[in-house]
Parts: sequence; structure tokens; C-alpha cells
Amino acid sequence: MTVLDVAWAERWMHAAAADVRDARDELTELDRRIGDGDHGVNMDRGLSAVVERLDDPAQAPRETVGQVLRLAATTMMSTVGGAAGPLYGTALLRASKVTDRADLPSSGVVALVEAALEGIVARGRATVGEKTMVDAWQPAAEAAEQAEDAEDGIDVLRAAAAAAASGAEATIPLVATKGRASYLAERSAGTQDPGARSTAIILAAAVAAAEGRGA
Amino acid sequence: MSVGLVLVAHSAMLADGTAELARQMAPDVELRCAAGDLDGGLGTSLPRVQDALSAALAAVDGVVVLADLGSAVLTVESALELDPELPPRVRLVSAPFVEGAVAAAVTAQQGAGLDAVAEAAESAVLSIGPEPVLQLVQAPGSGTADSPAVVGTRASGEAIPVPDPTSSGDADQVSVTVEVRNPLGLHARPAAVVARSVADLGVPVTINGADATSVLQLMSLGTSAGDVVTIAARGPDAEAAAAVVAGLVQGGFGEL
Repeated sequence: MTVLDVAWAERWMHAAAADVRDARDELTELDRRIGDGDHGVNMDRGLSAVVERLDDPAQAPRETVGQVLRLAATTMMSTVGGAAGPLYGTALLRASKVTDRADLPSSGVVALVEAALEGIVARGRATVGEKTMVDAWQPAAEAAEQAEDAEDGIDVLRAAAAAAASGAEATIPLVATKGRASYLAERSAGTQDPGARSTAIILAAAVAAAEGRGA
Repeated sequence: MSVGLVLVAHSAMLADGTAELARQMAPDVELRCAAGDLDGGLGTSLPRVQDALSAALAAVDGVVVLADLGSAVLTVESALELDPELPPRVRLVSAPFVEGAVAAAVTAQQGAGLDAVAEAAESAVLSIGPEPVLQLVQAPGSGTADSPAVVGTRASGEAIPVPDPTSSGDADQVSVTVEVRNPLGLHARPAAVVARSVADLGVPVTINGADATSVLQLMSLGTSAGDVVTIAARGPDAEAAAAVVAGLVQGGFGEL
């Protein structure tokens, strides 16, 4: 049985920061093609700041998963910039409100992913098929809901992460109708949405952290 | 209730330039910019937005926020979501950045409340595009459909009609006709001077049918030197008000 507790949430953020840094040039290249080319740098800066604050002994220790996510939310809102800062910030902020407990059962993981999706949709006003990070978060939430009966929360995370990865891949042929990529219209087809891609990376990091990585 | 403005833009030059334009017409309004990312590059930053909001709210009761691009809107919304004390006092409007800022600033200068200032910004979009301008040209009381009375034409060649003379039979209604003398006519600054004066007088005044307290409606008249405009006022102080506005127009706003 995998324990998804405060230590897991903090390992998640460490793993996400490391994986986004590894993918920084890829994300920037995707965003250069259909956006303003700063997604990789912005996400790297934001998640690095999250890790820095988590590691700062002056910060009060976190007692719930929600407290970790709230710290990550406010830090990303302040440091990521662009549209991604408010979007990820709101996702994590909403997720933090449903995870105010020391560890998460399977249903808690479902609630986390659903709340994050709701935050993204509320802030970005996008729906599925518009070539945005919703195209990764929506299938992730649906897969999590279907896996809710799993005894081990890691199975919910795995289902969500796999669906996010497929969803992100599926944005490649789409024509963007939201965000700055929509100004490119048909020319946005053929490139994976950078926000959907970073979503897949971050949810994969949640699985890796549950498996013990990021310690 | 005093209302201030916060301009949120990706570029400091864009925000500062818009603020400069708005301040020229509304010198006393609390107006703050939150522009650029934390490193001074293009973008928006939550801490800058939060700082501008709290600084403005320290000086005024309410704040209308204008944002330039989508992610600026998201940043403002994040600030509002993070601090539950902000939403009751802060109104993020869906408005054209420059026109909306000018309209909101002038309305705030006149002492309007949060709702009115927000509405001024949001209705500023009506001053862009030919249809609303034509609506102003064909304002109520402008002759007959068959043979509109015309006192002049704007640069585009459209006729500027005269207000219906039959409606000025009202004992309380005064209308005077004056020639615009300054080369650019009722452009931004003169329009703001007129709007402020008329708002101070508290008398309903129109110029060629346009509400004389609305900078945007006055600007939309597209007047220039040589155009003859009709100033109409209603109420007990109509005569004095019409005379004041006529004096302003004939004085050329210091541009002669």
C-alpha cells in the first residue's frame, strides 16, 4: 500500500521540478512554435522556486498535503508568469482545498485531480479540443474517477498520468482556439500543446514520487 | 465613494503610456500600473498586481482593473482568488485597454462609483467602429429621414445633422450654435475639459446630440476647425450652462 502523505507531495514537487528542467528546451521549442516561447523557462523558474521554498528551513513545516499544494500554488502564481502561472496556480490552489489531510486515500487523489481540472477550466475558460492543458487534465480526471475503487492510491495516479500523456499527444493535430496559439489558427496544428505536455510531465512526476523518487 | 484604476499590461511602456493619456484627462484619479514580469521583461506578475491593488486601495474605496491580454486577465483573477477581501472592492472589466482606461478615468474623475466607472470602461468599446459613430450622427431629433438637416460634415464625408428645432420649443431648453475653432476640434483633451465642466455644472448638455459629459461621445463627433456644432441644454440653469460650453468651444481650448 502506497502512502500518499506530506512527504509524497513534497517529493512530487521535487520530481516535477527536476523533470520540467530536463524538458525545459522541449517545452520552450513547442511554445516557440505556437506561443511566445517562454513556457519551458517559466515552468522551470516556477517549480525551482517551489522547491526552494519547500527546502527553506524558515518555512513552517507542512502538516497536510493541502499545505504543500497551497505553497506550490502561491509560489507558481507569483513566479511562473504568462498564462501558465495563474492556470497551474489556480489548479493547485483548488486542489489544496480538497486535500487538507495528512495523507490521501484513492478518493482523495481523485478529488485532487478533479479540483485541479476545475481550477484550470474556471481560470482558462477552455474546454476539451481547444488545444490547451485541459486536453490533458480532462482525460486525467476521467481516468482517475474510473480508477477510484483502486485500493492503492498510486493506481489512481498511474491512470491519471497515463491519460494525461495520451491527451497531450492527442493535441498534436488540433487547431488551437484558445490562448495565444489561437492567433496562428491552422498553423497551430502539428505541434503538441506545451501546457498539455507540461501537465503530462507533472502528473508523471506524481507517480514517480509515489514510487519513491524525488526524496 | 472614490474609485481608482489599476492598469495591468505586459509592457511597462504600454501601461505607462495609457496612464499618461488617462491622467491628462483625469489628473486627480488614483491610477497605478502593474506591468512587466518580475525581471522587467514582457509579461505580467502576480506580486506586481497585488502591490498595485493594495497601494490603490489604500487611497480609494474601489478599484477598476483593466488588463491588456489574456494572461494579464488570468493574473488579476488569481490575485482576486487568493485574497477574499479584494473581490468586493475590485472590478476587473472586459474593456478595450486604452479607450476603457480613458473612459474609466474620466468617469472616476467626475466622482462616479465603482459600478459607473466599470460600466464606462466596458461601454468604451462602443466608441470603436463605424456603427456606433453613425448612431451618434443620427442621434434623436436630427431632422427627418428624407432630408436630414445638416450643419457640417466630418472628415469621412458623413453629414452631421442639426438637432430637431421643434424640440427646442421647451421653455427650459436652450440651444446655441457655435463654430469649432481649434484645428483638431473636440479631440481627447478638449473633450475632457468640456465633460468635466458639464459634470460640474450638473446640467444636462448635449453637443450635436452627444452627451457632453461623455468624453468618448464627444470625441466620436469627429469635429474639426470650421465645423458648426449645436449645444443644447435643459433645466433651470440651461442658459448659463450652454453659455459656458459655448465659451469653451469658441475659446479654442488654448490651441489657437
